[in-house]
Amino acid sequence: MRALDRKLFRDLLAMKGQFTAIALVIACGVATFVMALSTLGALRRSQAAYYTEYRFADVFASLKRAPNLVAQEIAAIPGVARLQTRVVVEVTLDVPGLNEPAVGRIISVKAGRQPDLNRLHLRRGRWLEPNRQHEVLVGEAFAEAHGIDPGDRITAVINGRLQELTIVGIVLSPEYVYQVRSGAFVPDNLRFGVFWMDEEELAAAYDMDGAFNDIAVTLSPGASVEEVIRRIDLVTERYGGLGAYSREDQVSHRFVTDEFQQLRIMAVVPPTIFLSVAAFLLNVVLSRMIATQREQIAALKAFGYTKVEVAVHYLKLVGLIVLIGLTLGSLLGTWLGADMTQRYSQFFRFPRFDYRMDAGALVPATFVSVLAGVVAAIDAVRRAAILPPAEAMRPEPPMTFRPTVIEQLGLQRFFTPTARMILRNLERRPLRAMLSISGVSLAVAVVVLGNFGEDALGFLIEHQFYTVQRYDISVGFVEPRHDRALHELLRLPGVIRAEPLRTVAVRIRHGHRTERLALQGLPPDATLQQVIDSHTGPMKLPQQGIVLSQTLAELLEVTPGSTVRVEVLQEKRPVVDVPVAATVHEYVGLSAYMDIAALNRLMGEGAVVSGALLSVDERELDNVFLTLKGMPQIGSVTVKNAAVRSFQETIAETILKMRAVNAIFATVIAFGVIYNSARISLSERSRDLASLRVLGFTRGEISVILLGELGVVVALAVPLGLVLGHWMAYGASLLLQTETTRIPFVLERSTYGLALAITMIASIVSGFVVRRRLDHLDLVAVLKVRE
Amino acid sequence: MDAGASSSGQARTVFEARAITKVYHVGEVEVQALRGVDLDLYEGEFVVLLGPSGSGKSTLLNILGGLDVPTSGTVRYFDNDITTFDDAALTRYRRDHVGFVFQFYNLIPSLTARENVALVTDIAQNPMDPEEALRIVGLSHRMDHFPSQLSGGEQQRVAIARAVAKRPHVLLCDEPTGALDVHTGVVVLEAIERVNAELGTTTAVITHNAVIANMAHRVISLSDGRVAEVRRNVNRVAARELEW
Repeated sequence: MRALDRKLFRDLLAMKGQFTAIALVIACGVATFVMALSTLGALRRSQAAYYTEYRFADVFASLKRAPNLVAQEIAAIPGVARLQTRVVVEVTLDVPGLNEPAVGRIISVKAGRQPDLNRLHLRRGRWLEPNRQHEVLVGEAFAEAHGIDPGDRITAVINGRLQELTIVGIVLSPEYVYQVRSGAFVPDNLRFGVFWMDEEELAAAYDMDGAFNDIAVTLSPGASVEEVIRRIDLVTERYGGLGAYSREDQVSHRFVTDEFQQLRIMAVVPPTIFLSVAAFLLNVVLSRMIATQREQIAALKAFGYTKVEVAVHYLKLVGLIVLIGLTLGSLLGTWLGADMTQRYSQFFRFPRFDYRMDAGALVPATFVSVLAGVVAAIDAVRRAAILPPAEAMRPEPPMTFRPTVIEQLGLQRFFTPTARMILRNLERRPLRAMLSISGVSLAVAVVVLGNFGEDALGFLIEHQFYTVQRYDISVGFVEPRHDRALHELLRLPGVIRAEPLRTVAVRIRHGHRTERLALQGLPPDATLQQVIDSHTGPMKLPQQGIVLSQTLAELLEVTPGSTVRVEVLQEKRPVVDVPVAATVHEYVGLSAYMDIAALNRLMGEGAVVSGALLSVDERELDNVFLTLKGMPQIGSVTVKNAAVRSFQETIAETILKMRAVNAIFATVIAFGVIYNSARISLSERSRDLASLRVLGFTRGEISVILLGELGVVVALAVPLGLVLGHWMAYGASLLLQTETTRIPFVLERSTYGLALAITMIASIVSGFVVRRRLDHLDLVAVLKVRE
Repeated sequence: MDAGASSSGQARTVFEARAITKVYHVGEVEVQALRGVDLDLYEGEFVVLLGPSGSGKSTLLNILGGLDVPTSGTVRYFDNDITTFDDAALTRYRRDHVGFVFQFYNLIPSLTARENVALVTDIAQNPMDPEEALRIVGLSHRMDHFPSQLSGGEQQRVAIARAVAKRPHVLLCDEPTGALDVHTGVVVLEAIERVNAELGTTTAVITHNAVIANMAHRVISLSDGRVAEVRRNVNRVAARELEW
């Protein structure tokens, strides 16, 4: 090895604490980047492979009932490549071990063969066999939640009759990668399951022989999605069509794709922060190192080492640190990514997750971290390279001091000489002081930002499930009923309050823009489900007109006062122009509300309800479930608390892990910045401090000078960091929002507290390390060394 | 010992400096370091540049060694005017022709004696082994010690070994004993003397110590940025006999 390279390694070892801290900051940045990108890669590859191999459809449509002949009409639409018709029904399930009723969605398939589209993947058990009765396949999520094995039985209310079904196989479907009921935003695998049943048997039970109520199609290359949707709607209109929609509006697909966006942001924002901090640290440490090696550089040049050789020497040092950080970060990121992918597999069910060490992540990670290293080093290295050797032989001229702002203001008499030294030293290198303060404040901000997701999710759950939805149970009737049905429910022992709900499938149109959704009719004085504006609070529904969520209004490009066309997709399918009475800021989903009476008038109906919201005495909950399960007119029952609980349980471990990773990363960054600042001050000041010791200052007194500087930096950085974190979280809430989702901008006090605590601990530990070194300051040696 | 190359009268001229001036700035102060210096150095001779601090001798040495460029004037090194060299050519010149020894040794603290020498042999065209260079200065037994484990005299001898290991044409020493006591200073001067005698390397030593001038073939005295006097020692004194 060349002598110069040996110097490199020995320099590296001599400053291992500082360089390790920097390498770790780089590693954190690279790890987040690699984790996010390789997880994204895994999700995308798994999704693409799954969709292709299992023929996931492009366009979907539900309708009331159409004879099979209609399928040919749809198949003839230009652009339709393949078509699959089926019967889809929702039933109430009685699952052993579960008090409250669950909802099952049963989809028809032909026994003995794979469906043409949305093919199934058999995890365990066997396929349905022809001529066997009461057999079903079940989706894995539900099976797992209940510990169901092939051979187990389950009871369903099929068209009003209790029917025992045998589960023969456990399957996955590309339509249910994320298994959630439409309208919900958290999965509830205990209470919602998807089943596949032989077409003949299901059709017979629901009087759908020779007919279908659901279609899925794939498009031929180049076909226009909008045009096909329009043509399908034209055909299905006569058969109670609920409006066709594309993949982009398919619930499962949408959730998975929204997740991609989150991962993309995760791949950009935190790594940028980490690598900026690393670059800043590298710059400071390298500048200091080059300053202390002034005379060594001069000697090298005197011997005939070229500018380039000197520059390369220091760049190699930077390269080595970057390489260590990069390697560590790539390994850590790949490992965290595998873990994260594993976590996704709890929510997203693919036949296989194609996770691997991703060149697509490693190549840009390398590029970006090397870039950060070069940017950090370029200035210091350039100064080393152009340092004139003769000048470098002479000692550096004494540092220039000028009266500080405090002295200019005549305030110095309020400060002790020690305090004046601290202040002058900070003022002498304002850029350095500012960068140190920025570095520490970024560390503080990283903690705040890291916890923001959790705070926002916590708030969202609280808001959605306890402020907006105040009911305990939501009941859906099989068919709309007169609102007298509410009295029946109110009579059940334990039911305290029952409020009506009318949900109607509509297409809302404004100009060429349309959205398909469920229009909700609520009483104006509703208390169990309120329309709540996230900016201004509860809103009383107006007697006339429609209220749209802000997200929906933006998609439709309407404001209060505009008129939208509401095309009802069920019953008599009225088409009515309705004024937009107001818009309401909501976090999740697209929604539209009307006064239930106004909605019923629009439908041309009397006092009709499609469901009810119940407030129930907690002690009677179980009895109420049991009774509801047995009522044939009730199609679905949702128990709110149970759904929230199960979701919170599912994500609890993930949140705990994220919190731990955040805390560790933030500690690395805080410690990296503070420790390096302290060590550099120590290196710059050790001669002065040793002189003071010789003059009779105690260890404690000189520590105050050095640590006082650190203290001032931290004291200024913390409030700045909290504000910075606040704004970064606000930025994240904007970046993370999707077309249909707004992220609440909420930061808990505990988040600020955690940020404060981590910074304080890192400062105190760094202070101790520096203090120990000060205690061991070799007075004679320090004074002898000629800098 | 008296057989200095210059005394033969046939020695080639290594350096021919004419009318060199140098002005530089320290902080906000302008310093006129050299005010028109003429100087010749001959192949194989041992020259001492004598002068008080501030007389411009370090500046002169740095200019001869290609570490610095004069504000005006010319410096011929054999057939080339090094004042016309650009940075790359100066680097090349230092690399292939010049050996430096500094007052404060300027060893790399993170490298052992052997490695400090290797630092130069790594980039030289026709170097000796680092071990051989260290043997010449009498440090064969201290090769694997770090600078911090060596005395000042030993460190300076490592620096000499490092300067001569490349077999330079000229050896330029800036106050090589400035930081040393008499005894170790003499040991260091002996090493320089030996390099000059055995390898025939043209050697220029800067000092403000008039005693050291006695070991030179010629003594050039500088004062206030000008050459005040040039004298030839009729009787050179061996380094080991010097005392101050």
